[in-house]
Amino acid sequence: MTTLRVALLHLRVGVMAELQYRVNFALQVLQSILQLATGLVVLALVYSHTTDLNGWSESELLAVMGIQILMGGVIRALIQPNMMRLTEDVQEGRLDHALTKPVDAQMLISVREVQVWQAVDIVSGAIVVAVALVRLGTDLGVLDALAFGVALVFGGVLLYCFWLVLATGSFWVVRMWFLPELFEGVFQTGRWPVGIYPQWLRISITFLVPIAFAVTVPAEALTARLDWETLIFAALFTVAVFLFTRWFWRFGLKHYTGASA
Amino acid sequence: MTSVAEQQPRGREGRLRSMVDFYVTSMRTEVQTQFQYRAAIYMYLLGMVAEPVIYLVVWTTIAEESGGTVGGLTTGELAAYYIVWTLVRNMNVVFTPFGWEWRIREGQLSGLLLRPLHPIHYDIAQFAGGKIVWVLFYLPIAIALTLVFDPVFGIRPLEVAVFVVALWGAYLIRTFAQSALGMITFWTTRVGAIFNLYFTLELLLSGRLVPLTLMPDWVQTVAWLFPFQWTFYFPIQTLVGEYSNAELAAGLGMQVLWTLIGIGVFSILWRYAIRRYSAVGN
Repeated sequence: MTTLRVALLHLRVGVMAELQYRVNFALQVLQSILQLATGLVVLALVYSHTTDLNGWSESELLAVMGIQILMGGVIRALIQPNMMRLTEDVQEGRLDHALTKPVDAQMLISVREVQVWQAVDIVSGAIVVAVALVRLGTDLGVLDALAFGVALVFGGVLLYCFWLVLATGSFWVVRMWFLPELFEGVFQTGRWPVGIYPQWLRISITFLVPIAFAVTVPAEALTARLDWETLIFAALFTVAVFLFTRWFWRFGLKHYTGASA
Repeated sequence: MTSVAEQQPRGREGRLRSMVDFYVTSMRTEVQTQFQYRAAIYMYLLGMVAEPVIYLVVWTTIAEESGGTVGGLTTGELAAYYIVWTLVRNMNVVFTPFGWEWRIREGQLSGLLLRPLHPIHYDIAQFAGGKIVWVLFYLPIAIALTLVFDPVFGIRPLEVAVFVVALWGAYLIRTFAQSALGMITFWTTRVGAIFNLYFTLELLLSGRLVPLTLMPDWVQTVAWLFPFQWTFYFPIQTLVGEYSNAELAAGLGMQVLWTLIGIGVFSILWRYAIRRYSAVGN
């Protein structure tokens, strides 16, 4: 319980710090609109040449895009800032300050930063998903909605684990400035259902980088494509990856030698 | 050290020689610097390659579902387009307006202003030197992409020569366009949205997203008003497309034109902008 309280407290302080800079909100809204407009143009362009992409209609792909934007917002608001701070702290030898605190270190390094304005993308992604659902005219049952929510949570946890494994790499490779670019590039694969990719790439973005679980599986829940086996598999996979990540983090931590203290 | 007498004003030829000397030395230094960060460059390149692979897969899927071609392009031609895309992209990475923003906001520019040459020379030389390392590291990726995606090429020797020149044309156009854009930072540091608008226009009008012929006709017309297509579409098409010799020459001419416009706009903006610069410390 203490752990949870500390986490929430950190998040609140982070949000309060960011809320001082209100103009950034307007700028972030502009950026989100631009990103959304680009996505819609690309979608329109693709469907001006075809009516069906690997079995997905335009409205269905709109839902995929909404989920990808939403997840991107979660990553940039909550996950990426913390992980980049971790790599910087390791590089500068400042991690000591976090390690000496009497709470779980993995929890602490995961909640120290929050870029609250990036959450604009969470909202705009959700709006896109809603519009897509209206256009699809699907009657979303309670179970489907529940499956969607659960799949989103699994996806979020998997992306967190993926980022933490990468950031833990900074205990060995000190310079990690390329991480956001690398991730952003690969994350764009989530704009499209994984089915369209060649097999080697499909396997990579399912198991190596869990984008398929983060975007395609929730989208399948919304478009009546998801079967229970997939969801159960996603649950087991999430638990396994989380345990591995925790082990890997502790393993990496043993290689940490502070530079400042 | 040379004596004062020997440092008398040199002629035009001497200035040119020292400029060449500066570029060669800067590039060589940059090659050595970049070589230190091999792993980081590789990761960065992998992230970069994701973008064209996505476009390629999407358009290949469409082509296959509509009988083998889309907008007259076969899957083999699409593959060739996006594989050459990766090399062109590698070569047209330049110092960004975001870099200028950082430089000005953090006062880093002060140090650069103290140097004997205009800061843009250092940018051009450094990034040009970096290209040598980047392209070297990129080659295995190109081979892998070629094996995976089966591109179809029909290349004439002249096209290769024009391609090599066009790569540097694209590099210079982008350098001056983006540096000119970066000048806005002298007036306001809240520039992220403006820069992103620029990059969105570039994405749509340059051939970076799709070969321009897949765009609606009016978009292709609008693209003529901007320098963008000469930094992606034209260099790629010199290798992939079926340009006549006259078209190749005309394309290079357009690159020269846009480079000169870029230098002009950048120089004028720089003259007004630099008066506004102030920095504390450093």
